Amino acid sequence: MTLPRYDIDAMAARLAADIPDGAYVNLGIGLPVRVANHVPDGRQVIYHSENGILGVGRSPEPGEDHDPDLINAAKDPVTLIAGGCYFDTAESFAMMRGGHLDLAVLGAFQVSATGDLANWATHDGSFPPAVGGAMDLAVGARKVYVLMRHTTKDGQPKLVETCNLPLTGTRVVQRVYTDLAVLEIDAELGEALVIERFAGISFEQLQSVSRMRLRE
Amino acid sequence: MIDKFWPDMDAAVADMPDGASVMIAGFGSSGIPFALIDAVCRAGPRHLTVISNNTGSGETGVAALLREGLVDKVVCSYPRSRGSVWFERLYSANALELELVPQGTLAERMRAAGAGLGGFFTPTGYGTKLADDKETRMIDGRGHVFEKPLAADYALLAADRADPWGNLVYNTAARNFNPVMATAARCTVVEVRTGVALGALDPESVATPGIFVDRVVVRETTS
Repeated sequence: MTLPRYDIDAMAARLAADIPDGAYVNLGIGLPVRVANHVPDGRQVIYHSENGILGVGRSPEPGEDHDPDLINAAKDPVTLIAGGCYFDTAESFAMMRGGHLDLAVLGAFQVSATGDLANWATHDGSFPPAVGGAMDLAVGARKVYVLMRHTTKDGQPKLVETCNLPLTGTRVVQRVYTDLAVLEIDAELGEALVIERFAGISFEQLQSVSRMRLRE
Repeated sequence: MIDKFWPDMDAAVADMPDGASVMIAGFGSSGIPFALIDAVCRAGPRHLTVISNNTGSGETGVAALLREGLVDKVVCSYPRSRGSVWFERLYSANALELELVPQGTLAERMRAAGAGLGGFFTPTGYGTKLADDKETRMIDGRGHVFEKPLAADYALLAADRADPWGNLVYNTAARNFNPVMATAARCTVVEVRTGVALGALDPESVATPGIFVDRVVVRETTS
């Protein structure tokens, strides 16, 4: 069965539509950074980068004079917007852990029915682990939205009853934006409420590629 | 009269003994004390414990210490990143011990050490395998993990400008781990782009007060 799926930009745009004006937001490495390209005109969103920046701006143009110290969490060159500022790592993580960020958008390997997040390690022991700021963001941001494909490359559900990959945090995810739907996790009931189905996919089709209970 | 300027990088790290613990500041390639790291490679102390957010890229930064076989253990949040070939090589050969620490916990453990605290409870990592064997406590209904302070024998820093008292000013996002590491080491050594006279730094822009700094070396410019 081939399902009509949103592409990455459509997924990012759908999430960006839900970011309110004036929000302080941290975008994770990978898919989540694409969200910044799709925030609707007229909304001011202030991006935080864990290495010590509030007010991350656009990437420098090729050939543009650029400060090599000015990089984001992915170590890519960025610029600073007017009103932006710098601070050290301890203060940056006080912002993250201390509930000062309105939203963190994170990628995921798996999200469970109670909002557990697995996004930092796989079962492959030869692959050295790296955690960075993922665990701090997961517990600290006021809201955690996950942006991920609904299934793995080989078709396995990433929305699962219980994660079998190492956890990043427990009961931390509120919403999941995939290439098929937007879902709100109900940790108390251990299920997900389908907010929106994309491009004509039926509820039954969505449930068949999810390994947790869904409702509408 | 206080003058913390040292004549060269080699002299500033010459007393680093075998088995020392060394914090190395920076994030990616930003705020890394490349010249001091090269000086440590020339001095060649062995069995080091390196505490750093990343493990270097290609042959530079922390990767140079790994390549020279000077490091037994790394304490790190994101050891695997673009170009971390030396880390991956040694780790897969079981030639390097890794203590993986969430980045905020890494910084806060340094802050605790520098601020004279005996540790702290954090929700970060609760319920994950990075909290295995650690003390936990429910605080206001939420699970927390106890984390101990993290100090070191040396901290190697990179800053933009310093005065003779060791007051430091940084360039943009190069600040990162530098200020907190400065507080947590018994000997803090800094390489800077420029040394300036006492009184030349705007006191409002000093991000690391000189009380945390022991030695400063001005980087030689090739231009």
